[in-house]
Order: sequence, then C-alpha cells, then structure tokens
Amino acid sequence: MDRSEVSERLTGVLVSELGLDADKIKDDAHFEEDLDVDSLGVVELLMALEDEFDVKIPDEEAESIVTVGQAVDLVHQKLS
Amino acid sequence: MNEGSESRVALVTGASRGIGRAMALTLAAIGHRVVVNYAANSEAAAEVVSTIEERGGVAISIKADVADESAVSAMFNTIGESFGPPLILVNNAGIAKDDLLVRMSVEAFDRVIDTNLRSVFLCTKAAMRGMLRARWGRIISVASVAGIVGNPGQANYAASKAGIIGFSKSVSKEVGSRGITANVVAPGFIETDMTGDLSEGVKTSARGSISLGRFGQPEDVAGVVGFLASEAASYITGQVISVDGGLAL
Repeated sequence: MDRSEVSERLTGVLVSELGLDADKIKDDAHFEEDLDVDSLGVVELLMALEDEFDVKIPDEEAESIVTVGQAVDLVHQKLS
Repeated sequence: MNEGSESRVALVTGASRGIGRAMALTLAAIGHRVVVNYAANSEAAAEVVSTIEERGGVAISIKADVADESAVSAMFNTIGESFGPPLILVNNAGIAKDDLLVRMSVEAFDRVIDTNLRSVFLCTKAAMRGMLRARWGRIISVASVAGIVGNPGQANYAASKAGIIGFSKSVSKEVGSRGITANVVAPGFIETDMTGDLSEGVKTSARGSISLGRFGQPEDVAGVVGFLASEAASYITGQVISVDGGLAL
C-alpha cells in the first residue's frame, strides 16, 4: 500500500471515529494543537488504526505520534 | 434483562468463592454473560458456572493469575474470542497475609500488593481498549474498609486496598468522557473463607462495632455491584461505597 492510500484511509478513520473535519487533516496538523484531539483521543485513534490496517502499534511507538503525518508514516512503515 | 438495559460481558476476577462468586451469580441473574476467573480452584469455578447455567444464565470459567501480565493478556484474548470484550470488569481477586508490621516479611507484603493491586492495574488496562471502543464501561473494584480506616495486622492488605481507591479515582477522571465509570465497593466483615478463620473473640468484638450487629453476606456486596454495573448508575463515578453494616463511620 503506498503512502497516499494510507493517508486517505487514515483521514477516513479520523473523520468517522473522531468526527474531525476532513479539510483540516494535513500531514503537519498537530492532533492536540490543531485538531483539538485530547491525549485519550490520540490513543483511541491509534487503536482504530490498528483495527483498520491490522497492524500493532506498541505503547513506546505510540507515545511519539503527535501529528497526522507521523501517524501515516508509522502505519505505512508497518505495512511495508 | 430489564427493559432499557443491555446484556454485557462481565469479567469477575477471583470468582470461584466468597464475594466474587456471589457477584458472578448476581450479574448472571441480571442477564449479563459472565466470565468466572479463578487462580487455582477449578472445581469451585466449575460449580459457579454450572449454578449460573442451571438458573438460565450464561457463563464460562477461565484460569489466570491476575497478577501476571501475560496470563491477563491471554485471558482477555480468550474472552474476546468467546464473548467479545468485557465492558463490565469486577476487580475482586484478593488475598490476605496478615501479620504485625514488625514481623511482616517482604514476601508477604509484595505478594498481597501484587495479587490485590497490581492485578487491578493489569485487568483494568486490558479492559480499557474494549471499553474505549464501545464508549461504555463499568470498572468496579473491590477494596475494603481496612483500606479506608486501617486495621491492625493488615498493613499490607490495607495498603493494597487503599491503593485500589486512588487508582480507581484516577482512572475515573481519565476516561469519564468516554462513558466509562470506575467505582469501588468497600466491604466490611463479610462471611466468607477469608473471615471464617477469625477467632470467636475477634468476631464477637467486631460485631460489637457494627451498627447492624451482624457480619454481612456475600450477596450484600453483590447487590451493590449489580447496581453499579447498570444504566441506573451511569452518573456515579470515582466513588467508594462501603458495605459494612455501619462499621467504619
């Protein structure tokens, strides 16, 4: 799966799971500062991504995810 | 199932005997699908399951040392495959290793903290994923009045139970926005194997301090748990409800 497909599906999850506005979801968007997602919300998002892409995101890797782009990169890397 | 309520998957740890057994029976009678966790007594756990089934309920038993991370993980995988993720978690498993502090071994301290408190952390963390995804959950942890007012000879037990209270309150603040409540029930003297060994002298003295003048029954605690697991308790969180006949006021 290429990165843009991961990005598209991830955006879909953000919209359906967290009710976010698709227009605001860009690679450099910061979950907490730009998208108003609280820390628990980021955890929930990563769980949803694990289910959506059938990957595992261990706690240590999850901690460093603060932007949309980082989440896309992590999932893309796990699928490669 | 009552109208307006849903049948959930409920995990009760340490449910082969005593208060845990009563809670498993009560939750099953309400209509929930119950997982009877036990550490060693498989016969007793099987009896709890068959009693539930005889009464028309649904239950399975799973052996797991809830102080052990990989055992807890395996147990939650099995529950997920059998019933789906548990949205009602009753952290009941607990032991006592009483001694005066000056004689208490480090092993007696550590073992009680691990079985009673570490297990609450491990099971609650494992259950959290399913509860967050469902945006609904009931975490009910069994402490003790000993954890609120202390008890001579039980510095380790009381420490573990007081720890459960702080843990539960913190968790309630973290996940309340997702429709998950976390509460504690604090039993007083309940007639179970754990209190059965107390001397008559201790029992008589204890009864004298209890407003209702009697020890409690496991069902007295189970009833509160059944309520806390219900929709009717959805605005109650971070609380500690003593079920002690008025012992620790």
